[in-house]
Amino acid sequence: MTQPATVTSPELSPGPPQKPTTWSDRARDRRRAVAARLRGGDLGLLPVLAGLVVIWVVMQILNPIFMSSANLTNLALESVPVGIIALGVVCVLLVGQIDLSVGSISGLSAAVLAVLFVDRGLPAWLAVTASLVLASLIGWFYAQVHNRIGVPSFVITLGGLLGFLGVQLWILGPKGSINLPYDSGLVAFAQLQFLPPWLAYTLVVVGAAVLYGTGAARAAERRRAGLAAASRRLLVGRSLALLAGLGAAVWYLNRDRGVGWMFVFFLALVLVLHYVLSRTSFGKSMYAVGGNMEAARRAGVNVKAVLTMAFVLCTTLACVGGILSASRLAAANQSSGGGDVNLNAIAAAVIGGTSLFGGRGSAFAALLGVLVIQSISSGLTLLNLDSAYRFMVTGGVLLLAVSLDAVARRSRVSHGRA
Amino acid sequence: MTAATPSPCLPNASLPDCLPVLFGRSVMTVESLPSPRASSGSPLLSLRGISKSFGAVAALTDVDLDVSAGQVVALVGDNGAGKSTLVKVLSGVHQPDAGTVGFDTGAVSVTSPAVAQRLGIATVFQDLALCENLNVVENLFLGRELRGLRLDEVAMEVRSRALLGELSAKIPSVRVPVAALSGGQRQTVAIARTLLGDPKVIILDEPTAALGVAQTAEVLNLIERLRERGLGVIMVSHNMADVRAVADTVAVLRLGRNNGLFDAAEATASDLVAAITGATDNVVSRRAGRDRTMGDGADPAVGDRAVGDPAPGNGPAAAHKGEAS
Repeated sequence: MTQPATVTSPELSPGPPQKPTTWSDRARDRRRAVAARLRGGDLGLLPVLAGLVVIWVVMQILNPIFMSSANLTNLALESVPVGIIALGVVCVLLVGQIDLSVGSISGLSAAVLAVLFVDRGLPAWLAVTASLVLASLIGWFYAQVHNRIGVPSFVITLGGLLGFLGVQLWILGPKGSINLPYDSGLVAFAQLQFLPPWLAYTLVVVGAAVLYGTGAARAAERRRAGLAAASRRLLVGRSLALLAGLGAAVWYLNRDRGVGWMFVFFLALVLVLHYVLSRTSFGKSMYAVGGNMEAARRAGVNVKAVLTMAFVLCTTLACVGGILSASRLAAANQSSGGGDVNLNAIAAAVIGGTSLFGGRGSAFAALLGVLVIQSISSGLTLLNLDSAYRFMVTGGVLLLAVSLDAVARRSRVSHGRA
Repeated sequence: MTAATPSPCLPNASLPDCLPVLFGRSVMTVESLPSPRASSGSPLLSLRGISKSFGAVAALTDVDLDVSAGQVVALVGDNGAGKSTLVKVLSGVHQPDAGTVGFDTGAVSVTSPAVAQRLGIATVFQDLALCENLNVVENLFLGRELRGLRLDEVAMEVRSRALLGELSAKIPSVRVPVAALSGGQRQTVAIARTLLGDPKVIILDEPTAALGVAQTAEVLNLIERLRERGLGVIMVSHNMADVRAVADTVAVLRLGRNNGLFDAAEATASDLVAAITGATDNVVSRRAGRDRTMGDGADPAVGDRAVGDPAPGNGPAAAHKGEAS
């Protein structure tokens, strides 16, 4: 049980910290630290990445079309609506709450959009804005019921699941289905618009450069302050890995239609949420509220405001997901947001490594989790297996992910890492 | 009473108050600390005639207490003696029914925990209220992060390390989650967090209650370092050995009233026990006497930490010397 935490390192002693002298020493120390962290149950994104590789290999063996450019292009677009809803679910899970109504809210948002845009003839931006405002009000309402009356979020949102499904059906009326015109910007954005190759490659290069630039600036600042900092070699390696990985992905997708704008939009949302969670005081207070609400309260965090923001973020992102889903389908109907959307979104967040117990998780959990979910769905569809099998397999994977979360949590507790 | 029910809230002082302190105060080195044991002069915090009742139950009656800068006052008493109520009055959780609280220069009214923090009275409750999923830096700066929209991680880490270094804290790294720390280390983090608010008086509620031998020593060292920094420390404790090891004076409460003020260096454990229980013939002294008469060479100090010094012949009649007047 030799983990670095129990070794009294000279880090806190005055004077410059003693650094391992050679690069191989440092690399060995880093390897040991990583191994100890993994043994301690601090798995991070590793299980979901491993799971994704396994699923892709198995699906490719079962059906060679799976890894084709065409299918992966489709897979990327298909992941976005549920992925954005899962981003919202990550927010509520982080503060130790849950929202079971994201599916209904996404369906309701799609219905509101369709009614305002098509039936009432409002401009698209106005319809989208109205839909977003409505969804954020729903999140605010959830938070008020939770904060003032003290009803558990599980029950509130279970009520919302049914209630807002009812509102959706009522808004759609007896027709039950409204088609969005194909020539509208929304449908084009979700179905037809792809990045030109030069722009896609430029974004990849810019992304790698930004990753290196921010990392190097941070390391320089830490070194100036006398703190341990990431080595240049690590920073360069990380950037090159990103460059190579994303470059290869873009090249492969460009053999078909390319990278959809909608997917880029999703990635941008993931990065923004990642920044908010990891680099702002609001993000820290979300983790604090999920980890120990009483401690956060005593430290002066406005717990009720943080909870309200989490609920509002969740329902708003669910609305965005619902709008994109309807745009992709070019229709809002009675089954929008129904079926497995709700549980897929929650499953994606959890499979990605967001803890159901609160206080652990990241924005990337939603991205990787939804890729797992959609890969399973896409692979089974390619095998001509209907949704009966898809539900069973997805359910099994969800159970596996939650079990992994629970086991890792136990291991963390016994290794003294919450 | 001593179950230390956590206060419903202890919001920290308003952010605008904390920030100038955080930014303005340069990182202190050990050399620049105020001279130790500056306990002379007028008291920093003085309570006069504090009374508090809950319905028909008088929790505190006419209680006096003085704390000077650089002084450690141990507050002892049996269960139900009113220690926790007094702590809650000082930390702004309860308002006293009568009496005055003098702080620094004039009389103040501690109407809420936020007011207490603004005045410079910090309280570390028994449940330390740390977020186990966050690391040491994040816990120290929780609720008062530097540069909220783009966290100044470097400045926060430097300040955390300097602060913990000043306290000679044995913490492996400020980037480990608090869950990885021992009880004593967590106590250190909780105390260090209150120091970021630059308090003048720190109240520690049972700081050693749940700790092992080595960790207790660590926390006692820390308390001495707080004294060296010129802070007034009020330490609520049940443990006579710890009290006598670190306190300058020992204030005894019994049934909600002052029951003696002792110089910790001179008072014996039996003096304190007599004052706490209110009788020279009590279960503790009888047990100590029994241990002695059985006298099979066993070290009496081993039997019960509360009677670590039952010097024979030094009768407990000498209690109440130096009674507060």
